[in-house]
Amino acid sequence: MTTVTRRNVLKGGTALAGGMAGILAVGRAPAYAQAATVHWLRWTDFVPASDQLLRNEIAKECEKALGIKLNIETINANDIQARVTSAIQSGSGPDVVCVLNNWGQLYGESVADVSDIAEALGKSQGGFYETSRAVANDGKKWIAVPWCIVGLQIAYRKSWFAEIGYTDGKFPQTWEEYREAGKKLKAKGRPIGQTLGHTFGDAPAFAYPYLWSWGGKEVEADGKTVALNSPATVEAVKFMVAFWKDAHDEGGLAWDDSNNNRAFLSGTCSATLNGASIYIETLRKPDTYKTEAGGPLKDDILHAALPKGPGGQFSYHVPFSNLLMGYSKNQDAAKKFLGWIHSKDVYDKWFVSQKGFSVGPTTDWEKHKLWGDDPIMLPYKQAARTGRFAGYEGPSTRRAAEVVTKYVIVDMYAKAVQGMPPEDAVKWAEAELKKVYV
Amino acid sequence: MAISAVSDTTLREAPPPRRQRLLEDERWLAFVLLVPTIVLLGLFIAYPFMRGILLSVTSSRVGIPGDFVGLANFYKIFNDGIFRTAVYNTFLYTGVTTVFKLALGLWLAMLLNRNFRGKAFTRAFILLPFIIPTVLSTFAWKWMFDPTFSVLNWLLYHLGLITGRINWLGDPDLAMISIIIVNIWRGVPFFAISLLAGLQTISPELNEAAAIDGAKPWQRFWHITWPLLLPVTMVVMLFSVIQTFADFQIVYVMTGGGPANATHLFATYAYQIGVGTGLLSEGAAISLAMFPVLFLVVVIQLLYIRRVEVR
Repeated sequence: MTTVTRRNVLKGGTALAGGMAGILAVGRAPAYAQAATVHWLRWTDFVPASDQLLRNEIAKECEKALGIKLNIETINANDIQARVTSAIQSGSGPDVVCVLNNWGQLYGESVADVSDIAEALGKSQGGFYETSRAVANDGKKWIAVPWCIVGLQIAYRKSWFAEIGYTDGKFPQTWEEYREAGKKLKAKGRPIGQTLGHTFGDAPAFAYPYLWSWGGKEVEADGKTVALNSPATVEAVKFMVAFWKDAHDEGGLAWDDSNNNRAFLSGTCSATLNGASIYIETLRKPDTYKTEAGGPLKDDILHAALPKGPGGQFSYHVPFSNLLMGYSKNQDAAKKFLGWIHSKDVYDKWFVSQKGFSVGPTTDWEKHKLWGDDPIMLPYKQAARTGRFAGYEGPSTRRAAEVVTKYVIVDMYAKAVQGMPPEDAVKWAEAELKKVYV
Repeated sequence: MAISAVSDTTLREAPPPRRQRLLEDERWLAFVLLVPTIVLLGLFIAYPFMRGILLSVTSSRVGIPGDFVGLANFYKIFNDGIFRTAVYNTFLYTGVTTVFKLALGLWLAMLLNRNFRGKAFTRAFILLPFIIPTVLSTFAWKWMFDPTFSVLNWLLYHLGLITGRINWLGDPDLAMISIIIVNIWRGVPFFAISLLAGLQTISPELNEAAAIDGAKPWQRFWHITWPLLLPVTMVVMLFSVIQTFADFQIVYVMTGGGPANATHLFATYAYQIGVGTGLLSEGAAISLAMFPVLFLVVVIQLLYIRRVEVR
């Protein structure tokens, strides 16, 4: 047992004082014992099996293959931006952060250039989807390595839609049809479930493509001129007000990304835009989730794309990408790790654990044999090809990321649904956009 | 002469070392004893405060120091509709909750000041909302107000008090009422226990004498209890107003400032803009906008307490 002497304490104190002086001088926390450790911050996955795989298998393999200890931390996705901000400002924190949407664009100046890894990945795996490129490339360099895209489709109850005439896997093709279907279903106590709350995934993934499908857009192609206040946008908002009242669970204004899962799984809503997590959960627990007739709920779920509007049919799938933080003292190890984790053999294990909830960032993953396993998941296979990204018709820049983070487009609909005249809601959102795109 | 001078010098005690002399000086000793506190206050209060002021007059974003922009951020936030909503909400939230917390806390304190069986247990039980970590208890409330699976709605429905669902957190007004209810629930024990401590310092003889003189309970409260309780009440209110004005956890967990920014307070909006979106200077400006109000509240209340004490 070590004896603590006065001399030892004094020595420690001197070292601490010296250390503090060093920290203050460089404005950065020390990297003790970080030489062979990579700290990877991620969201808590909606597919728990994937988190288990990363912790239990991939981390061990990483240490074996690269000699790098992988420290995986998972937090609520809504808290990632706060963690990144505090990490950048304090100059210490995770070495690699997996961010959603185009959030990476907010931190372009504080991350390492990962062009070499991203370019190699794109070349070797069939090329990136445009969504992946738009959020991880600032036009000059790659500020992140695209990790995956979570496809968003409408999960719906096959039998309930059959009851109102949509048999043989048919689904409403236009917003008008969807509204009519929702109206009938709501009358039976089975409304459509959709969030218009301040939440990272389902709300923007619904609000943006809905706007595009009516012909509305945030800015012009120059990425500067705000173009939101148009007759198309006003029509979209007007329709939404009636659509919401007629067909939706009105509590959706306060839903987060998990409310619709709970509502669908408990038989409270008939359809909801979602990643495939609802279906995957029913596969995981077939005895828990049942239909009213007592059959497994998994057999009563189908997936469909968002309906068409006057401006076309669009989607927004949530891209994820890995930032290598500029302050990290483990740049080499982190780069080695990123190259390794994205390599086909390693990524394959994680991809399979997702069961189709995520598609790869590159087109090669569409060819994976996983897609032959379950026809219910097929609508997700090529979903990433059709996705636009936040900021359309301009690029998905920092300003577009700010608009997503401030929930301007989502709130435009929410305000109208709450009673603000649609024209005023659009004007409010336009003014907010102009503050961002100054 | 020479001999006596030598003996005088040798007999006189040698002067203490300079360091010892300094410590014997009360002013110096007081300063030395205050140094740790000054250092702590400087590090954890003055430095962040000054840093906040410096940030608020720059165009800093996360990872980018930015340039000096004067009061541009303040001009921007005062022209921001969401900020104005946050200001209104903060005053409403603080005002309504403080009134209810004081009224309910005082009522509880008066009840707990009586003798009854199980008094100690009841007092401990009353403290529960204050003891449980705010985030945890607020999550429980969030489930109770859940838009789809609200236990509260279920209860009201089965009691026959409602026929349809109440959209607690989806309606802007109801969402505000919900967070106010949670704040009151959490804050009442603090008022009750603090006021109870104040009540116990009031001599029962005063009330007994007044009762003998024919004073009714209400008169006894108004002319004896209330004036003597006032200094404690003011201190409790001071703490409560400051805490409530800068509240973050309840709103962040319950509504995240939604629906559509309807329940943002200063702190939650500053967090969303400064930390979430990375617009540090704007976030700092929003936070600092709280300062003059809080400063004024503190000054007025401290002056009042001083006056009451002098009297």
